[in-house]
Amino acid sequence: MSALAAAVTRRAFLQVSLSASGALVLAPACTRAQDAPAGPPENPLGPLIRIEPDNRIVIGATGAEIGQGVKTSLPMILAEELDADWSQVSVEQMPLAIDFSGEQPRWRWGAQGAGGSTSIPDGWAELRQFGAQGRWLMREAAAAEWGIAAADVGTAAGHALHPDGRRLPYGALAASAAKLTLPREPVPLKAPAEYRIIGRPQPVVDAGDIVTGRARYGIDVREPGAYTAVMLRCPYFDGGIASVDDAAARAVPGVRAVVVVPGPKPGEPIATNLATGVAVVADDTWSALKGRNALKVEWTRGPFAAESSAALDAQAEKLLAGSGQVVHDAGDFDAARRDSAQVVSARYRIPFVSHAPLEAPCAFVHVTADRARVVAALQQPAGASRAVNAVTGIPRAAISVEMTRAGGGFGRRLTNDFVAEAAYVSKATGWPVKLMWTREDDLRHDFFRPFGHHELLATFDGGGRLTGWAHRLASASKYYRRANVKPEEMWTAELYPDDFPANLVPNYRLEWLAVTSGIPRGSWRAPAHTANAFAVQSFLDEVAHATGQDPLALRLALLGPDREFDYAQHGGPKFSTGRLRAVLERVAADIGWGRKLPRGRGIGLAAHFTFGGYAAHAIEVSVSPQGSVAFERVVCAVDVGRPINPLGIAAQMQGGTIDGLSTAMNLEISIDGGRVVQGNFNDYPLAAMAQMPRDVEVRVVESTAEPAGCGEMGIPTAAPALANAIFAATGVRIRNLPMRQQLAEAMAKR
Amino acid sequence: MGTRFTVNGEEREFAGDGEMPLLWYLRDHAGLTGTKFGCGGGFCGACTVLVDGAAQRSCLLPVATLAGKRVTTIEGLGANGLHAVQKAWIEEDVAQCGYCQAGQVLAAVALLERTPDPTPADVDTITNLCRCGTYVRIRRAVARAARELKDAK
Repeated sequence: MSALAAAVTRRAFLQVSLSASGALVLAPACTRAQDAPAGPPENPLGPLIRIEPDNRIVIGATGAEIGQGVKTSLPMILAEELDADWSQVSVEQMPLAIDFSGEQPRWRWGAQGAGGSTSIPDGWAELRQFGAQGRWLMREAAAAEWGIAAADVGTAAGHALHPDGRRLPYGALAASAAKLTLPREPVPLKAPAEYRIIGRPQPVVDAGDIVTGRARYGIDVREPGAYTAVMLRCPYFDGGIASVDDAAARAVPGVRAVVVVPGPKPGEPIATNLATGVAVVADDTWSALKGRNALKVEWTRGPFAAESSAALDAQAEKLLAGSGQVVHDAGDFDAARRDSAQVVSARYRIPFVSHAPLEAPCAFVHVTADRARVVAALQQPAGASRAVNAVTGIPRAAISVEMTRAGGGFGRRLTNDFVAEAAYVSKATGWPVKLMWTREDDLRHDFFRPFGHHELLATFDGGGRLTGWAHRLASASKYYRRANVKPEEMWTAELYPDDFPANLVPNYRLEWLAVTSGIPRGSWRAPAHTANAFAVQSFLDEVAHATGQDPLALRLALLGPDREFDYAQHGGPKFSTGRLRAVLERVAADIGWGRKLPRGRGIGLAAHFTFGGYAAHAIEVSVSPQGSVAFERVVCAVDVGRPINPLGIAAQMQGGTIDGLSTAMNLEISIDGGRVVQGNFNDYPLAAMAQMPRDVEVRVVESTAEPAGCGEMGIPTAAPALANAIFAATGVRIRNLPMRQQLAEAMAKR
Repeated sequence: MGTRFTVNGEEREFAGDGEMPLLWYLRDHAGLTGTKFGCGGGFCGACTVLVDGAAQRSCLLPVATLAGKRVTTIEGLGANGLHAVQKAWIEEDVAQCGYCQAGQVLAAVALLERTPDPTPADVDTITNLCRCGTYVRIRRAVARAARELKDAK
């Protein structure tokens, strides 16, 4: 959760009114101060619930939709407690709504960002209460109509029910309900046994718009009078501009302006845009691109011009040869090692990777004298308002932010650097501007998933018992140049002390070593879990083979009986060994673990706890003598607590699996001469369908536990399950991502 | 004299820069934003349209090369009610972010025109990228659409 999200407090009450068309409108409660004309007129405080006289119900989608399905699942939660007929519900995207009138900014209808799989757990309490308030109004209005007690009024599928069998559609109660006042105390919620929407598979609400091209993304924003801008950015991290010759660019027909955009000061936090550059503003995209091609810019190379992937690898290895910051130390690992009869160790390497959302960053911003408007595909709309404020000085209360659907997020849009650029260009020109990124811009100017080398050590006593475990990580922290993070806290983004196998091995140590790099870093879907689960779950397999144990039996023995441990990092407060064990046992049973397999074929397992969700993969592969991998079967089980939308959860797990496999097999961002080498999908080859499993079988665990999100749980276990399967099939252990090339080379050497 | 072609059955003439890729003509000049920009290099297929019935990557097609051609975009496919492929996409709940899906749908339409009864290997010839990883449901939707189209004959 962002600092802002934590600082913003909630207000869980709705205001009741009647629209001109006779609809009951429930909107977040506001003080008079926000209704005063000082607020930006472009920021309509839309209703969260609208019940039309003809019984159609419109529900506002509060969260940022980046493909994780919250435009469907969050309204489902509200509709459930309202007791609406889901087939009569339509969903509208709500804008950013923060109340700045008090001392502390307050969310008007709950946190709206998408990150850390938090939308569902954050929305769960509040949206149910909002829905329940709507249902309370319907029951009170029906009770008055019928002259009976509200307690005797039932509801079902958008109707109030009289004990004698009479029914009134909610729409018929709209006018009388609009005269009621909601209680100031929370109203009672439904019993889960009465759920009719939650837990039932519901397709994506925008599916029809998506397959007809009507769905609107950030890049589709077409505002009257708007110009299109593209930017040429300095390719060197923290480099600058030596000279600009824009004469040829300005001569391109359709080009209207060329604007130099300053970058962040070297060493200072990156709060707005990422890099110094030159923006070309034109009538349309093609003119802007042609204008950009005609720019002649000489860059200064900055302090990181010598940085390369090879140098970073050497730096990480050198660091691991020394000692670092011990960030967690349970028991006495040194003693365990000293007294051990056997030590197993291995090193793993995780490359930088890019988010590469298929819709590249893009933002429409219009800055005027005293206000600004943003329309864009966002993951962190509150951050967009902060970025515009930082660039323009316009107070945040006068900045409106509207969200379109986003063509993917994966963490890329957690930072609003592209919004800051658009704000800068709009402010400099005075025009409404849509600033677009190309794929090359995106792959070269990202907040990349951190690079790191992991060393794992396991110690065993004379009886073969696991006595110690150490995870030593030399990495380029994701918290690079983030405001308010102290150097001694940089590790907290890289290692999560309560992750498996914490508490399960008596002597357990985590050590972090800081790799120095100028490449910007950030949160890539399931952040450090992708790196750490790969290392830990691969290493467990290695430990099993080195000590003559079955990899499943070793995992189950380590997890032991069903119990809970404190989990202080994001996704806690508790970690249950039993829930992790259950998903692991499920995939192992379903794939037929222990079967005799022909030569060249193998099964790999992995299980991990990510942000409140438990997931496991079992993957069966065939590996050809040339090292090409065919997926025979992929089974995945997930426990995210009470499933809100099982169809959406399965989609996230299928997609997460494929994202995890595609990234592990194919993808790396490499550095040469202080710049990113890759530029498009030819050299950053996201997997196409032919390379990926034909099916991903998902088992969604039925649970009554508090719901977790599900956008990130499918990723961390996919890569280690694949590496373990490849080992089982071939005896080749892949410790260095991405896998494809190495596997081919290793097979050729056999 | 500009380049004359049709878009979704409508006569069009473009007298501007003939080097402009069809993608940008559609999005910026024809107001048809269903065709998406993904990579600009023909790698991802987000910009897929049908040109005389064949799936083409519109980011690589200069408008000047389109004289006399028939262009169909996602907006034109659904003009007379939903196409069987669009229906199958909804039924199988394919979309996650949805950004690549217009291109995927058109690639599938072109595949089923050529190969009405595709094997999994035939479906593999669709090289459009999906960053969300919806491939499993794309396969199911293509199979469902193939059945529907066969039944309709």
